[in-house]
Amino acid sequence: MDLLVSIILQIVYVIANLALISLGLAIIFGMMRVINLAHGEFLMLGGYTVVVATNNGVNIWVAILILSPLVVGAIGVIVERLLIRFLYGRMVDTLLATWGLSLLFIGLITSIFGASTATTISPPLGVVTIGEYTSSGYELFLIGITILLFVAVYLVLKLTTLGLVARGTMQNAEMASALGVSTSRIYMLTFGLGAAVSGFAGGLLAPITGVLPTIGTVYIAKAFITVISGGAAILAGTTSASILLGGLNGIISFVTGPTLGEVALLLAAIILLRIMPRGITGSIFRKSI
Amino acid sequence: MTLNRRHFVASATAALAMPAFLKNAYAADDIKFVSILDQSGGLDIYGKPMVDTTRMAIDEINKAGGLLGRKVDLKVYDPQSTIQFYTQFATQAAAGDKADVVHAGITSASREAIRPTLSRFKTLYFYNTLYEGGVCDINNFCTGSTPAQTVEKLVPHTMNKWGKKVYIVAADYNYGQITAQWVQKYVKDNGGEAVAVEFFPLDVTNFGSTIKKIQAAKPDMVMSALVGGAHASFYRQYAAAGMNKSVPIASTTFGVGNEHKLISAVEGDGMICAYSYFEEIDSPANGDFVKRFKAFAGDGAPALNELAARSYEAAYLWAEAVKQAGSTDRDKVTEALRAGLGIDGPSGKVQIEPKTNHAVQNVYLAELKDQSFNIIEKHENQPPTDTLLVCDLVADPTQSTFKFENGLKAAGIDI
Repeated sequence: MDLLVSIILQIVYVIANLALISLGLAIIFGMMRVINLAHGEFLMLGGYTVVVATNNGVNIWVAILILSPLVVGAIGVIVERLLIRFLYGRMVDTLLATWGLSLLFIGLITSIFGASTATTISPPLGVVTIGEYTSSGYELFLIGITILLFVAVYLVLKLTTLGLVARGTMQNAEMASALGVSTSRIYMLTFGLGAAVSGFAGGLLAPITGVLPTIGTVYIAKAFITVISGGAAILAGTTSASILLGGLNGIISFVTGPTLGEVALLLAAIILLRIMPRGITGSIFRKSI
Repeated sequence: MTLNRRHFVASATAALAMPAFLKNAYAADDIKFVSILDQSGGLDIYGKPMVDTTRMAIDEINKAGGLLGRKVDLKVYDPQSTIQFYTQFATQAAAGDKADVVHAGITSASREAIRPTLSRFKTLYFYNTLYEGGVCDINNFCTGSTPAQTVEKLVPHTMNKWGKKVYIVAADYNYGQITAQWVQKYVKDNGGEAVAVEFFPLDVTNFGSTIKKIQAAKPDMVMSALVGGAHASFYRQYAAAGMNKSVPIASTTFGVGNEHKLISAVEGDGMICAYSYFEEIDSPANGDFVKRFKAFAGDGAPALNELAARSYEAAYLWAEAVKQAGSTDRDKVTEALRAGLGIDGPSGKVQIEPKTNHAVQNVYLAELKDQSFNIIEKHENQPPTDTLLVCDLVADPTQSTFKFENGLKAAGIDI
């Protein structure tokens, strides 16, 4: 019984983890059709923000919850202004440009901080005991905060004027522009929001996975697979794909081992995209966000 | 001689061309030392310090007048943690650069990618990483420690201390697979039981399900042969679940990527590792080496570990062999090395064992405390008995194989 509860908790954590690393990418891809190959590096920069801040004496919660989204969001806005805005509608070009950006960030961070960074942060919140089993309290916190983050993004998109205007701009930029919306500003803010969410995710994961300049490459493939499998709807797509792929990965990892767990995740994504080429939300939950 | 314009132009051109010509002639006379080590990508945590110490060794050798009156020219390639670049750069080093010696490779996968190439081109090859043992190649000197030198000491020590049920976690490629077999063998030899063995692809960062499985299996200790930056998160998550207090970890790889600086003291304290070098070795030679390295590498100097120290020592081993051979010719240098050549480095004495082309070396056991290693045991002059079981280059110097390619059982070793 204890084992079952802690396994279920572990699988929920795998799902939350996948959803967390994918959300920023989903916002940028889902809203703007920009394939951001530097997504992994946005996560990495969020992690570095936390490490640098805590090394300089900033409280770890302030670093994670406030600084990491702010810093990476600002970087996102700069990147959009200097690079991305010239490339809208040119998917292959954005692909190349953001890939270059990804290499630039890795190189930059490596030359500033070295290949490995000494850190002293460890996951806060201690240990949670379930019968004979123990879990990290921080993992439970991550599950909770992922749910909160999704709710927050939903509320912003659904209830605020900014969300409404942003969704309108993504559907028909010319019409939005004709109605007096500054589409360029909306693009900038959306990209910044996506980057901020990515940075936040990176900051949240920093204490539990550690940060290295190259850590982004570990996340990018999984985030992409999740977003593409999810389809066009940002939240419903990411959530449903995370539950499907993460759940499968969690279960198979537990039964056989992580190698087959990864295989199962990739295989499921291939089959899914063969059956539903436009992702889960291309076939079901079509009206959702 | 009257100076007219035509003369002036001609002589000026000659004067300008002269230094370039001299430089070329000088460069052709340089001894070529090529290093192929990952300085970017997931394996750079290992590669960067190795390149730093290699540069320092070559720098010192050149400042001391070079070798045979010639300058040693170091060329460093970065294969970016990608195997195909290893093959490409090894070919470039051997066929293009006509290197006198190549020091290369971090993972066993990269070594096996380039070893046949360098052997075919008859380019002398040094592999300076600790690994699973079993390379039997006349052209390849493996100076790193092997399981019979380290794991054989580590397993009984930690089993006596912690208990006999061992859970093994390892990286999913030839190093991890074969090292896990060595651990199983030594656990069995010492009357213990390996309750489970699990392998992880190099990009796995989530170890939650494994940690639950470890909790369910209730072992007395965990033996880790995890590799690379992503795998460092295992130790964090293990500590976050409170496991480091109840089931301690010993490792064959922790620390050589300076992971002990990546995780905090509370997460790492109590781990035990075995290598042929630790920065904390208390000897005048090592104290001096560490001091020189900090001066050489400056403020951002990384921590030193076996891989870094051995890269430095191996450069000196080769240099010593060149001096004794009086030539950089591969056969002559190989012969000098195989005559049982040794040097005194920061780790102590390192000597080539001619049957295997591996190194006889000191091995230290150390316990992690506050992000540094406290040395608890020292074993002097350990021979590579694992590779000696399967390799005899004195009897048959034509060999060029990796004996453990298909695991230990296939090589006739009982596990």
